[in-house]
Amino acid sequence: MRNQFIHDLVLRAESDDRIVLIVGDLGYGVVEPFAERFPDRFFNSGVAEQNMMGLAAGLASEGYHVFVYSIANFPIFRCAEQIRNDVCYHNLSVTVVAVGGGLAYGNLGYSHHAVQDYAFMRSLPNMKILSPGDPNEVSHCLDHIFNNPGPSYLRLGKAGEDNFSSKSSQLKSGIFNPIRILNDSKSAVIVTGAICQDVMSYYFKSNEIDFDILTCPIWGMDEKSKIEMQLSQYSRIVTVEDHLVDAGFGSWVLEGLEPSSRSKLRIVGLSSEVCGMVGSQSILNHKGGISKANIDKFLEEK
Amino acid sequence: MNSIDLAKRIRQSSLEMVHRAKASHIGSALSIADIVAVLYGGVMNFDYCDADAPHRDRFILSKGHACVAVYAALAEVGFITHDSLKTYGQDESWLMNHISHKVDGVEFSTGALGHGLSFGVGKALSAQLLAKEWRTFVLLSDGEMDEGSNWEALMFAAHHKLEHLTAIIDYNKLQSLQSVAQTLNLEPLAEKLSAFGCSVVTVDGHDHAELSRALAVTAKGKPTVVIANTVKGKGVSFMQDQVAWHYKSPSKEELHQALIEIEASNA
Repeated sequence: MRNQFIHDLVLRAESDDRIVLIVGDLGYGVVEPFAERFPDRFFNSGVAEQNMMGLAAGLASEGYHVFVYSIANFPIFRCAEQIRNDVCYHNLSVTVVAVGGGLAYGNLGYSHHAVQDYAFMRSLPNMKILSPGDPNEVSHCLDHIFNNPGPSYLRLGKAGEDNFSSKSSQLKSGIFNPIRILNDSKSAVIVTGAICQDVMSYYFKSNEIDFDILTCPIWGMDEKSKIEMQLSQYSRIVTVEDHLVDAGFGSWVLEGLEPSSRSKLRIVGLSSEVCGMVGSQSILNHKGGISKANIDKFLEEK
Repeated sequence: MNSIDLAKRIRQSSLEMVHRAKASHIGSALSIADIVAVLYGGVMNFDYCDADAPHRDRFILSKGHACVAVYAALAEVGFITHDSLKTYGQDESWLMNHISHKVDGVEFSTGALGHGLSFGVGKALSAQLLAKEWRTFVLLSDGEMDEGSNWEALMFAAHHKLEHLTAIIDYNKLQSLQSVAQTLNLEPLAEKLSAFGCSVVTVDGHDHAELSRALAVTAKGKPTVVIANTVKGKGVSFMQDQVAWHYKSPSKEELHQALIEIEASNA
């Protein structure tokens, strides 16, 4: 996903000289195509995230669209107040790009586990969250960001992910992206972020599933009103996210459902027990509670 | 209006606003009145009919709690009406008690300290990228220099040779509870700033001629920092150098006495 990101950013920057990329002394092996092609619009702000985000807001206030790139929690929590006050309150075109969302850096320890980022970002007025599940969705998310300037958060996995979504689909904000749709299905699994890769590996090629699979690559506070109308046909909804269950994507869906619909929802996400554990991404996701068995269990619940 | 008269009007309006709203931070506003007056009274280029004029100089009040001084200046130079000042601190007013970008002529809302300089760095970087001559002025408090973000910003500004950036430190030497020296000693401040790669000028922050000279110039290839030695509560004898006036709002009698002192002053 990160390679798709930089590819598309370079492409767009060819025709849009207001695009700037700032990195927080990270991005080795990823950001070079942009840095080499547009040296005047590439800045390494050093290991100084507060200033990185504040100056991004200042640049954006002069008409630039600034992409701020770092890994995991670094462009989020150290500079949380700058995102809240400087970027979102002033409604400026700054895109926070975090590579390694969720437990992608599982072996690097708790400092690198981005499992509370949705909770922060979805609490910010004006902030749009973009959490693509495959490289195709990355491209569509970037199109959306370019066409809808404003504060945004792009949460990427790492590299080498498979495509499962259609290259030609048009993604709209707050609208679920249909991946596999059956006739008159009464159940749906809705996934966001890099964990889509795991969920698709469980079900994508199966001929035996009797539920719809949707992704939700573009969402945020302003999109909650679109949730209920898209899900009214279902009697069982299971959301999946590689984020703590607390205040994440599933909670967003829950808040968007009518009170009478809320009992239909089950949330599969990470338990706080995973905090402090180290291991591979797949092991940690499994230990945290994200598994085919848990999704199936909720789907089968009456 | 010359900067001396403008400073007097800023002090008078600031006192009236905080009295009416029963608001805090008058000591901080009086501390920066002369700096703000010199900026709006001659140094800065702006168009009060067009707050977004592309060629304007940008001013950012990073110590947003001292906002009444800037609101007063904006009214004096024509961005907002004098009547609007009466809404300061009232329910649903645009003139909130920390500086607000919803007010014509205000670039950036602050209130949490340590934000203005980085934002100004972004603006100055933009001017450099576009080869524009307009300048960015950021006014900070001394206590605010405790924030690590400011030192990050200074490093970046010096590294990128942002010569159109001028930071002004309102060095009144009082923080919220105690003196700067008792809280976290900033000294040797000028040497530190110089070591960070800035051009540093130290002035009397109530001397308009000194301020004008220092703020009028930029240094080749370096950001400028003006250390303005000031007195918190300057111009009102019973407010000067008193931590209490970071919080207190003047009573009717205190306002009356303060306005008499301001009117009688020569500076």
